[in-house]
Amino acid sequence: MTRSKPKYTIALTGLNAIDNPGSGIAVIRGLREAQAFDVKIVGLCYENLEPGIYMRDLVDKVYQIPYPSMGCETLLSRIEYIHHRAQIDVIIPNFDAELYSFIRLAPRLRQMGIQSLLPTVKQFDARLKGNLNQFGAQYGISVPKSLAVFNIAELEGSLAELDYPIMIKGKFYEAFVAYSLEQARAYYYKLTAKWGTPIILQQYIKGQEYNITALGDGKGRLLGAVPMRKTYITETGKAWAGISIDDPQLLEMAQSIVEKTAWGGGLELELIKEDETNRTYLIEINPRFPAWIYLAVGCGQNHPEALVRTAMGEELESFSDYTVGKMFIRYSYDMICDLADFQKIAIEGEL
Amino acid sequence: MKLKNNIAIAENGFIFNAARGDSFTTNPIGIFILQGLKNNWDKARLCQEILVKYEIDEATCEKDLYDFLKMLKHYDLIEE
Amino acid sequence: MAKQRYERPVLKPLNGNITNKFGAQAGFIPHTHIDGLAVHALTAKYGSPLFVLSERTIRETYRQAYTAFSTRYPKVQFAWSYKTNYMNAVCNVFHQEGAWAEVVSSFEYEKALHNGVSGDKIIFNGPDKTEKDHRLAIQNNSLIHIDHLDELYSLVALADELKVRPRVAIRVNMDTGVQPMWDRFGFNYETGQAWDAINKILLADKLDLVGLHCHIGTFMLASQAYRIATQKMADLALQIRKQHQHQLQYIDMGGGFASKNTLKGAYLNGADLAPSFADYAEQICTALFNAGFELGELPLLILETGRALVDDAGYLLGSVLANKRLSDGRRATILDFGVNLLFTSFWYEHTISPAQACSQYAEDIVLYGPLCMNIDVIRESVKLPPLNRGDQVVVHRVGAYNMTQWMQFIALRPRIVMIDLAGESHLIRDAEDLDYLMQLERVPEHLKKFDL
Repeated sequence: MTRSKPKYTIALTGLNAIDNPGSGIAVIRGLREAQAFDVKIVGLCYENLEPGIYMRDLVDKVYQIPYPSMGCETLLSRIEYIHHRAQIDVIIPNFDAELYSFIRLAPRLRQMGIQSLLPTVKQFDARLKGNLNQFGAQYGISVPKSLAVFNIAELEGSLAELDYPIMIKGKFYEAFVAYSLEQARAYYYKLTAKWGTPIILQQYIKGQEYNITALGDGKGRLLGAVPMRKTYITETGKAWAGISIDDPQLLEMAQSIVEKTAWGGGLELELIKEDETNRTYLIEINPRFPAWIYLAVGCGQNHPEALVRTAMGEELESFSDYTVGKMFIRYSYDMICDLADFQKIAIEGEL
Repeated sequence: MKLKNNIAIAENGFIFNAARGDSFTTNPIGIFILQGLKNNWDKARLCQEILVKYEIDEATCEKDLYDFLKMLKHYDLIEE
Repeated sequence: MAKQRYERPVLKPLNGNITNKFGAQAGFIPHTHIDGLAVHALTAKYGSPLFVLSERTIRETYRQAYTAFSTRYPKVQFAWSYKTNYMNAVCNVFHQEGAWAEVVSSFEYEKALHNGVSGDKIIFNGPDKTEKDHRLAIQNNSLIHIDHLDELYSLVALADELKVRPRVAIRVNMDTGVQPMWDRFGFNYETGQAWDAINKILLADKLDLVGLHCHIGTFMLASQAYRIATQKMADLALQIRKQHQHQLQYIDMGGGFASKNTLKGAYLNGADLAPSFADYAEQICTALFNAGFELGELPLLILETGRALVDDAGYLLGSVLANKRLSDGRRATILDFGVNLLFTSFWYEHTISPAQACSQYAEDIVLYGPLCMNIDVIRESVKLPPLNRGDQVVVHRVGAYNMTQWMQFIALRPRIVMIDLAGESHLIRDAEDLDYLMQLERVPEHLKKFDL
């Protein structure tokens, strides 16, 4: 006889399953396939046209939440309102820009009975693009030389310390490759206008890119990791297809980072293996599940499920294996939606 | 001055222009004016009805009403 | 039937990226009262615009800060940074709480003396000190923080002449990993300038080197920079102890703590980003404790934080003069205060609340000041409920710098009131009038008459 499974209410963000997708929908698919529990999904959205809002088979209830720039207190009062109606068990934020607020609120959410598995502010800050050099030095990990630039006056001097082409990255999102000072200057203005300062200059490394999605238990243990190579990249640099690969060197990197930082929650490592030297460089740590997290589920490691069980206090065995050679291929799909749903989310902020 | 056909006004302030696919929100006084337009009230009548219902002087009422009508025109919700 | 409260009709398109903060059900909380007094009553009594300071918030903030440091370190002294807000009433609240005075000009120095601060509790900072200022400061036994070598030499000469040993400290600048580095004030640590200056003072033996001072920047969101700065300061103090057998009395870590305002260009809200006093205290006190001082020789820790102590306590109340629509369709609201009074709007995105009941139908508006100048913009874009002419607004967190950097340009400066602990309002600076403004002017005889 099967034991009856618990049913958890899980709230999450990242319902923007667009051409540059958030990971929310992929995480939900993992949760819906969880073996250990059943779920009720509460989607949290910022805008009215996030596709996940209208995916009624995946998302049970949707609430709008305020942008991070409105401040933690505003966000907390909104979550209190939602919690009062939905009794959330676990919350999973899926955007970089909102994480800081959720990390700060985590203790207060826990008091309300909402669990989470998140990095600490210290871990979160340490992996900020501007601190990558220090991060590499501290944990003995190779990183490309990078410099944070706070104002236009510093830009030229900092560019001179690197060789073109140079990656120019926004504080939270977006990156461009610049081949000249003029280009760099244009990207600087573009990125600061959108995300504020600093912007990050990074030495461009020629080589093959790899990604790893990993999960840490917050106490120094790696619960699972799946490396992937993108096999098709869109014009905006997003993976449209990818394949799980077998590379112990990459897995060691993930193991080492999660152990040394005692990372809590999901994370994605962006790595480059330099053609010339075969050396693996860490380019970036994204402090949440990637949009392709469902590939890990498809390879036998249900990270979203493991995150929820860990957040709920279970001690889990680490995943020891995954299927190599599984592919994901993204596709777009036109949903047919009712204006009434749009009207409801736009006017009332919930659906 | 007339509200165009195919303009749906919901009680919660949601406005949908079926001819163009645009949607808007408005506040309660906005709904009040739109419903007035539906009843073919002219500017003077609209102003008069607002003055009856709301605590406001005539000059402000007229100024705000004209601005609102301009916006309705701008978004192609009314015709002269 | 009673008439309904009027609000102007708004129409907001719902296309593409709709940043409808959270639908219609939550949002603007009107800020109708400050420390129990109605905003509308305050402006009725004192006029609009009006600066309001909360004595309660000043004292509570000061005590928070003091407790954060004094529970982590045994010897702590705050000095009130006059330039942040030198209204006498404000300074005296801080002095009553136990803060010394920290000044950066002879005008501020005299203000501190006038307020009754004894000379030995005034710290004289800054690059601008004349020989006359030095004489006065020496005579009053004040703490003179030396900014450059010219000042050092001039003090040595004066000490010789006056046959006294002025009490001095040197200002040190350094790399704390934070950009931009403030290297224009004081002597640099990394290049050895600071150590040279220290040697000059101790070898000349004319000045009493009692402390070290630094001030690493302004609006410092990275509290760990203070740990690095403290380590470097302690390192200098210990070197002085070792090589010159000279024990310093204090280390002055300056100020620069961020307030909860949101800086322009910042993505996150300032209230979430600003470190707490406890965060700063943890960095500074831990570094000082672990630096290696003998227990009996721990230096006094002086702090000169200004902004973080007074920003929250200040409000600016104002009224709506007019509404208009710009050529690109945006709504603009013109207020009766501008950048002349709210200087900080050049770098903050100030929180602004309506001061009366309002609806939740927000629209994006531009907030302009009343000056006949294009740069007079209070907020480039802010979501507010529709405001009617005559409605009032409350600008939050304006206690720091506005009442010292405000400009008498085109208009006269308004009143400032302080609300005491009992909820009574007191006028602490009257409105300027034409006589006040013209009392310093002189018109030459031949320009006194004209025919038009």
